[in-house]
Amino acid sequence: MLTALGIVAITGLLLLGFTLLRRRSPAVLRSIEAFERLNHVIGLAVENGTRLHISLGRGNLFTRGGSALAGLAMLRRLAERTSVSDRPPIVTSGDPTLAILSQDTLQAGYKAAGTEEQYRLNTGRLTGLTPFSYAAGTIPVTRDENVSANVMIGDFGAEAALLVEAADRKNTYLIAASDNLVAQSIMYAAAQHPLIGEELFASGAYVGAGASHEASLQVQDILRWVVIVVIGVGSLLKLVGIL
Amino acid sequence: MRYLTAAVAIASGFVILLGYLYPLEALTQLRFMLTDWVVVIAAMAVLVGIANLVFVQMEKIRKQEKNSIYGVVLVGALLVTLVIGILGGLLGIDNTFMNFFVEAVIVPVEASLMAILAVTLVYASIRLLRRRTDVMTVIFLVAAILFLVAVMPTPIGTIGDFLPILQFFSMFSDGGARGLLIGIALGTLLTGLRVLFGIDRPYGGN
Repeated sequence: MLTALGIVAITGLLLLGFTLLRRRSPAVLRSIEAFERLNHVIGLAVENGTRLHISLGRGNLFTRGGSALAGLAMLRRLAERTSVSDRPPIVTSGDPTLAILSQDTLQAGYKAAGTEEQYRLNTGRLTGLTPFSYAAGTIPVTRDENVSANVMIGDFGAEAALLVEAADRKNTYLIAASDNLVAQSIMYAAAQHPLIGEELFASGAYVGAGASHEASLQVQDILRWVVIVVIGVGSLLKLVGIL
Repeated sequence: MRYLTAAVAIASGFVILLGYLYPLEALTQLRFMLTDWVVVIAAMAVLVGIANLVFVQMEKIRKQEKNSIYGVVLVGALLVTLVIGILGGLLGIDNTFMNFFVEAVIVPVEASLMAILAVTLVYASIRLLRRRTDVMTVIFLVAAILFLVAVMPTPIGTIGDFLPILQFFSMFSDGGARGLLIGIALGTLLTGLRVLFGIDRPYGGN
């Protein structure tokens, strides 16, 4: 347990250090087509008066908190950028706590953009409490609410296939990311622009959420190399019979 | 106010984390108490969420939006189930009606959605070749077909049991899955720390 505490403490220090560093000199990020297209599509949605639909999945803060929080961080930035649109973005979730947080985050985004009066309570919605009821409640949003771009980011399961299919049928842009391996494989097969693995957690940095998100990516890279070295050395030691 | 919410959230986060990683008796007690509070608040959030669901549907019905008839069905079914559930609880009647609603409506509907899902996935896989024809797509589809064949039941058992080469290939998929999970774990750790340090604040209107 103390080792775990040490890892958390060191990671925290690295995060704070790199955040300070990134405030002085922003990072240069590798190009990910999904995010480049997303930035373009957001601009188009604002100009032609269509909506953005952000689907945060079913992750609650007890079990799948990481992906839910990453989705909220992205939502905050997207809300700010689309707040001038005639049609505000719609956020759907499959968990009540996440739905409440999404409403709060949307409102905060509008407030930061100075357009708080544009915020509507019914733009942050709970659409279902079970996986398929969530999908069944979310599909009509994609279909009937003049949506031109869908962002699926969070914890999804197999029901992601139905959501992706609905977006595809309407010929809308779709960027899809999940922390669930089943959903990732489905999204890889079905979505136009799937994000694989930890790319989900890079979303904040790519939509301009700030230095801390860029710093997170750098710390993730460092930790990934540490894990690779530990696995490699561990395998070698096992091979020669020391471990 | 926003500083207060941030301070409370950060302090609670640190107590839970320390109580989990450094199990002192006092910290553990505090952790359990905070977790109990969270359970109560989450239960209240379900009620708020359902109220939001009803509010959105009522708005659709009021404005006579497209397909608002489904909203009428949803609100109606919700009210009927709610009344039966509350009356059943108050009068001490057994759950026959509730079980009927679950077994005769929810289970078949979800099962049929699962069936649609199977067709959707086959269609998506075929469409993948048209949309992205590259090496990774071919590897993905070949691997998917290989493993589907391997786990397919036959009169002599699953084919995978007789083909050691498939077990060899599963080594790659297991390794890949673990790699993805490690990446996700690192991302989750960093996201959690950002919230813990108050850098990201998905609460209190910040």
